Amino acid sequence: MTTLTKTHEDILTDVEFDEEGFMVDPKAWTPEIAEAIASREELELTDRHWVVINFARKEFEENGEAPTLRRITKSADVPTKELYQLFPKGPAKKASMVSGLGKPTGCI
Amino acid sequence: MSDNGNRKLCIICSKGSLDMAYPPLILANSARMMGIDAELFFTFWGLDIVTKSKINKLKVATVGNPNMHPWFKIPTVVGAIPGMPAMASWMMRREIDKLDFPPVPEFVEMVVDAGAKVYGCKMSMDMMKLTADDLVDGAEVLGAMEFMELSEGAQVIFI
Repeated sequence: MTTLTKTHEDILTDVEFDEEGFMVDPKAWTPEIAEAIASREELELTDRHWVVINFARKEFEENGEAPTLRRITKSADVPTKELYQLFPKGPAKKASMVSGLGKPTGCI
Repeated sequence: MSDNGNRKLCIICSKGSLDMAYPPLILANSARMMGIDAELFFTFWGLDIVTKSKINKLKVATVGNPNMHPWFKIPTVVGAIPGMPAMASWMMRREIDKLDFPPVPEFVEMVVDAGAKVYGCKMSMDMMKLTADDLVDGAEVLGAMEFMELSEGAQVIFI
Protein backbone atom coordinates (compact mmCIF):
# COMPACT_ATOMS: atom_id res chain seq x y z
CA MET A 1 0.00 0.00 0.00
CA THR A 2 2.86 2.38 0.90
CA THR A 3 4.56 1.66 -2.42
CA LEU A 4 1.31 2.32 -4.26
CA THR A 5 0.84 5.69 -2.57
CA LYS A 6 4.39 6.63 -3.45
CA THR A 7 3.74 5.73 -7.07
CA HIS A 8 0.70 7.99 -7.07
CA GLU A 9 2.73 10.78 -5.52
CA ASP A 10 5.44 10.29 -8.13
CA ILE A 11 2.88 10.59 -10.89
CA LEU A 12 1.42 13.77 -9.39
CA THR A 13 4.77 15.54 -9.02
CA ASP A 14 5.10 15.57 -12.81
CA VAL A 15 1.63 17.08 -13.34
CA GLU A 16 0.84 20.79 -13.16
CA PHE A 17 -2.18 21.75 -11.01
CA ASP A 18 -3.88 25.07 -10.24
CA GLU A 19 -4.36 26.16 -6.63
CA GLU A 20 -7.68 24.26 -6.38
CA GLY A 21 -6.18 21.00 -7.61
CA PHE A 22 -7.47 20.98 -11.20
CA MET A 23 -5.05 20.01 -13.96
CA VAL A 24 -3.72 23.02 -15.86
CA ASP A 25 -3.41 21.09 -19.13
CA PRO A 26 -6.33 18.67 -19.69
CA LYS A 27 -4.56 17.22 -22.71
CA ALA A 28 -1.76 15.88 -20.50
CA TRP A 29 -4.29 13.65 -18.69
CA THR A 30 -3.85 9.87 -18.60
CA PRO A 31 -5.89 7.16 -16.79
CA GLU A 32 -2.91 6.70 -14.44
CA ILE A 33 -3.10 10.39 -13.49
CA ALA A 34 -6.84 9.90 -12.83
CA GLU A 35 -6.03 7.08 -10.39
CA ALA A 36 -3.42 9.27 -8.70
CA ILE A 37 -5.74 12.31 -8.40
CA ALA A 38 -8.50 10.00 -7.09
CA SER A 39 -6.20 8.70 -4.39
CA ARG A 40 -5.24 12.28 -3.44
CA GLU A 41 -8.99 13.04 -3.17
CA GLU A 42 -9.57 9.86 -1.15
CA LEU A 43 -11.64 8.20 -3.84
CA GLU A 44 -11.35 4.59 -4.91
CA LEU A 45 -12.23 4.42 -8.58
CA THR A 46 -14.74 1.75 -9.63
CA ASP A 47 -16.15 0.87 -13.05
CA ARG A 48 -18.98 3.33 -12.42
CA HIS A 49 -16.50 6.15 -11.74
CA TRP A 50 -14.92 5.28 -15.07
CA VAL A 51 -18.28 5.57 -16.84
CA VAL A 52 -18.41 9.18 -15.60
CA ILE A 53 -14.73 9.90 -16.32
CA ASN A 54 -14.84 8.44 -19.84
CA PHE A 55 -18.01 10.39 -20.60
CA ALA A 56 -16.46 13.63 -19.30
CA ARG A 57 -13.33 13.06 -21.40
CA LYS A 58 -15.41 12.34 -24.50
CA GLU A 59 -17.47 15.50 -23.94
CA PHE A 60 -14.31 17.53 -23.45
CA GLU A 61 -12.83 16.22 -26.69
CA GLU A 62 -16.03 17.02 -28.56
CA ASN A 63 -17.00 20.34 -26.96
CA GLY A 64 -13.84 21.63 -25.32
CA GLU A 65 -15.30 21.83 -21.82
CA ALA A 66 -16.34 19.71 -18.86
CA PRO A 67 -19.95 18.47 -19.07
CA THR A 68 -22.57 19.71 -16.59
CA LEU A 69 -23.85 17.18 -14.04
CA ARG A 70 -27.21 17.28 -15.77
CA ARG A 71 -25.57 16.15 -19.00
CA ILE A 72 -23.81 13.34 -17.14
CA THR A 73 -27.02 12.12 -15.50
CA LYS A 74 -29.03 12.39 -18.70
CA SER A 75 -26.53 11.15 -21.28
CA ALA A 76 -24.14 8.85 -19.39
CA ASP A 77 -27.06 7.19 -17.59
CA VAL A 78 -25.67 7.71 -14.08
CA PRO A 79 -28.58 8.77 -11.81
CA THR A 80 -28.13 11.82 -9.55
CA LYS A 81 -28.15 9.72 -6.37
CA GLU A 82 -25.41 7.44 -7.66
CA LEU A 83 -23.31 10.38 -8.87
CA TYR A 84 -23.31 11.75 -5.31
CA GLN A 85 -22.38 8.33 -3.93
CA LEU A 86 -19.48 8.10 -6.37
CA PHE A 87 -18.21 11.61 -5.61
CA PRO A 88 -19.53 12.42 -2.12
CA LYS A 89 -17.59 15.66 -1.68
CA GLY A 90 -19.26 17.38 -4.62
CA PRO A 91 -19.54 15.58 -7.97
CA ALA A 92 -19.21 18.70 -10.15
CA LYS A 93 -15.75 19.53 -8.91
CA LYS A 94 -14.46 16.06 -8.12
CA ALA A 95 -15.57 14.30 -11.33
CA SER A 96 -14.03 17.08 -13.37
CA MET A 97 -10.87 17.03 -11.29
CA VAL A 98 -10.30 13.30 -11.65
CA SER A 99 -11.03 13.60 -15.39
CA GLY A 100 -8.23 16.16 -15.66
CA LEU A 101 -10.61 18.93 -16.72
CA GLY A 102 -11.09 22.45 -15.39
CA LYS A 103 -13.78 23.51 -12.95
CA PRO A 104 -17.13 23.19 -14.72
CA THR A 105 -18.80 26.51 -15.50
CA GLY A 106 -22.41 25.31 -15.97
CA CYS A 107 -25.03 26.11 -13.33
CA ILE A 108 -26.83 22.80 -13.42
CA MET B 1 -7.69 23.35 -0.98
CA SER B 2 -11.14 23.57 0.53
CA ASP B 3 -13.51 20.65 0.46
CA ASN B 4 -16.23 22.88 1.90
CA GLY B 5 -16.23 20.53 4.87
CA ASN B 6 -18.24 22.73 7.22
CA ARG B 7 -20.09 25.04 4.89
CA LYS B 8 -23.87 24.91 4.99
CA LEU B 9 -26.53 26.86 3.14
CA CYS B 10 -30.10 27.30 4.43
CA ILE B 11 -32.59 28.79 2.01
CA ILE B 12 -35.98 30.06 3.12
CA CYS B 13 -38.33 29.81 0.15
CA SER B 14 -41.33 32.08 0.67
CA LYS B 15 -42.64 32.55 -2.88
CA GLY B 16 -44.48 30.00 -4.98
CA SER B 17 -44.65 31.50 -8.46
CA LEU B 18 -42.93 29.68 -11.31
CA ASP B 19 -40.24 32.34 -11.69
CA MET B 20 -39.46 32.36 -7.97
CA ALA B 21 -39.27 28.57 -7.70
CA TYR B 22 -36.04 28.45 -9.65
CA PRO B 23 -33.60 30.63 -7.64
CA PRO B 24 -33.67 28.48 -4.47
CA LEU B 25 -33.52 25.24 -6.45
CA ILE B 26 -30.59 26.44 -8.56
CA LEU B 27 -28.69 27.65 -5.49
CA ALA B 28 -29.33 24.47 -3.50
CA ASN B 29 -28.30 22.32 -6.44
CA SER B 30 -25.13 24.37 -7.03
CA ALA B 31 -24.23 24.02 -3.37
CA ARG B 32 -24.63 20.25 -3.47
CA MET B 33 -22.66 19.99 -6.72
CA MET B 34 -19.75 21.62 -4.88
CA GLY B 35 -20.08 19.51 -1.76
CA ILE B 36 -21.78 22.19 0.36
CA ASP B 37 -24.71 21.10 2.58
CA ALA B 38 -28.04 22.61 1.56
CA GLU B 39 -31.34 22.86 3.40
CA LEU B 40 -34.52 24.31 1.94
CA PHE B 41 -37.32 25.57 4.17
CA PHE B 42 -40.54 26.13 2.21
CA THR B 43 -42.90 28.54 3.91
CA PHE B 44 -46.15 30.33 3.02
CA TRP B 45 -46.60 30.53 -0.77
CA GLY B 46 -43.25 28.80 -1.22
CA LEU B 47 -44.95 25.66 0.08
CA ASP B 48 -46.65 25.24 -3.33
CA ILE B 49 -43.25 24.24 -4.76
CA VAL B 50 -43.21 21.06 -2.63
CA THR B 51 -46.96 20.39 -2.51
CA LYS B 52 -47.97 17.48 -4.77
CA SER B 53 -51.22 19.09 -5.91
CA LYS B 54 -49.59 22.45 -6.74
CA ILE B 55 -46.11 21.62 -8.00
CA ASN B 56 -47.24 21.07 -11.60
CA LYS B 57 -49.39 24.20 -11.68
CA LEU B 58 -46.97 26.99 -10.72
CA LYS B 59 -47.59 30.14 -12.74
CA VAL B 60 -45.87 33.39 -13.59
CA ALA B 61 -47.96 36.35 -12.36
CA THR B 62 -48.76 38.69 -15.24
CA VAL B 63 -50.33 41.34 -13.02
CA GLY B 64 -48.34 43.14 -10.36
CA ASN B 65 -45.07 41.61 -11.46
CA PRO B 66 -42.56 44.38 -12.21
CA ASN B 67 -39.90 41.95 -13.39
CA MET B 68 -41.32 40.64 -16.63
CA HIS B 69 -38.88 39.72 -19.36
CA PRO B 70 -38.86 42.12 -22.38
CA TRP B 71 -40.53 39.46 -24.56
CA PHE B 72 -43.47 39.58 -22.24
CA LYS B 73 -43.73 43.27 -21.43
CA ILE B 74 -47.49 43.75 -21.32
CA PRO B 75 -49.76 46.38 -19.78
CA THR B 76 -51.43 45.39 -16.52
CA VAL B 77 -54.91 45.38 -18.09
CA VAL B 78 -53.72 42.90 -20.72
CA GLY B 79 -52.07 40.77 -18.05
CA ALA B 80 -55.43 40.49 -16.34
CA ILE B 81 -57.06 38.82 -19.36
CA PRO B 82 -57.83 35.14 -18.63
CA GLY B 83 -55.21 32.84 -20.09
CA MET B 84 -52.35 35.35 -19.91
CA PRO B 85 -50.64 33.84 -16.84
CA ALA B 86 -50.88 30.42 -18.49
CA MET B 87 -49.31 31.78 -21.64
CA ALA B 88 -46.50 33.56 -19.77
CA SER B 89 -45.87 30.37 -17.79
CA TRP B 90 -45.75 28.33 -20.97
CA MET B 91 -43.22 30.72 -22.47
CA MET B 92 -41.08 30.63 -19.36
CA ARG B 93 -41.13 26.82 -19.23
CA ARG B 94 -40.01 26.74 -22.86
CA GLU B 95 -37.11 29.15 -22.21
CA ILE B 96 -35.99 27.20 -19.14
CA ASP B 97 -36.10 23.96 -21.11
CA LYS B 98 -33.87 25.53 -23.78
CA LEU B 99 -31.23 26.12 -21.09
CA ASP B 100 -31.49 22.43 -20.15
CA PHE B 101 -32.88 23.21 -16.70
CA PRO B 102 -35.49 20.65 -15.57
CA PRO B 103 -39.14 21.47 -14.89
CA VAL B 104 -39.86 22.24 -11.20
CA PRO B 105 -41.07 18.72 -10.15
CA GLU B 106 -37.99 17.07 -11.64
CA PHE B 107 -35.76 19.80 -10.19
CA VAL B 108 -37.10 19.23 -6.67
CA GLU B 109 -36.55 15.47 -7.06
CA MET B 110 -33.03 16.19 -8.31
CA VAL B 111 -32.04 18.34 -5.31
CA VAL B 112 -33.48 15.70 -2.95
CA ASP B 113 -31.44 13.00 -4.76
CA ALA B 114 -28.43 15.32 -4.54
CA GLY B 115 -28.75 15.22 -0.76
CA ALA B 116 -30.36 18.60 -0.09
CA LYS B 117 -32.84 18.52 2.79
CA VAL B 118 -36.34 19.74 1.97
CA TYR B 119 -38.71 20.96 4.69
CA GLY B 120 -42.28 22.23 4.70
CA CYS B 121 -43.05 24.90 7.30
CA LYS B 122 -45.40 23.42 9.92
CA MET B 123 -47.27 26.63 10.63
CA SER B 124 -47.91 27.32 6.93
CA MET B 125 -49.04 23.73 6.47
CA ASP B 126 -51.49 23.98 9.38
CA MET B 127 -52.84 27.19 7.89
CA MET B 128 -53.34 25.59 4.49
CA LYS B 129 -54.69 22.34 5.99
CA LEU B 130 -51.85 20.25 4.58
CA THR B 131 -50.25 17.14 6.07
CA ALA B 132 -46.91 15.44 5.40
CA ASP B 133 -48.69 13.22 2.83
CA ASP B 134 -49.47 16.29 0.73
CA LEU B 135 -45.77 17.04 0.29
CA VAL B 136 -43.52 15.59 -2.42
CA ASP B 137 -41.37 12.55 -1.66
CA GLY B 138 -38.34 13.35 0.44
CA ALA B 139 -39.87 16.44 2.08
CA GLU B 140 -40.32 16.60 5.86
CA VAL B 141 -42.37 18.85 8.12
CA LEU B 142 -40.46 21.26 10.33
CA GLY B 143 -41.38 23.94 12.86
CA ALA B 144 -39.77 27.37 12.86
CA MET B 145 -37.87 26.68 16.07
CA GLU B 146 -36.48 23.43 14.70
CA PHE B 147 -35.40 25.40 11.65
CA MET B 148 -33.48 27.74 13.97
CA GLU B 149 -31.67 24.74 15.39
CA LEU B 150 -30.71 23.22 12.07
CA SER B 151 -29.66 26.55 10.54
CA GLU B 152 -27.20 27.23 13.33
CA GLY B 153 -23.89 28.27 11.82
CA ALA B 154 -25.28 28.13 8.28
CA GLN B 155 -25.45 30.87 5.68
CA VAL B 156 -29.13 31.79 5.47
CA ILE B 157 -30.76 33.13 2.33
CA PHE B 158 -34.36 34.40 2.19
CA ILE B 159 -36.07 34.18 -1.18
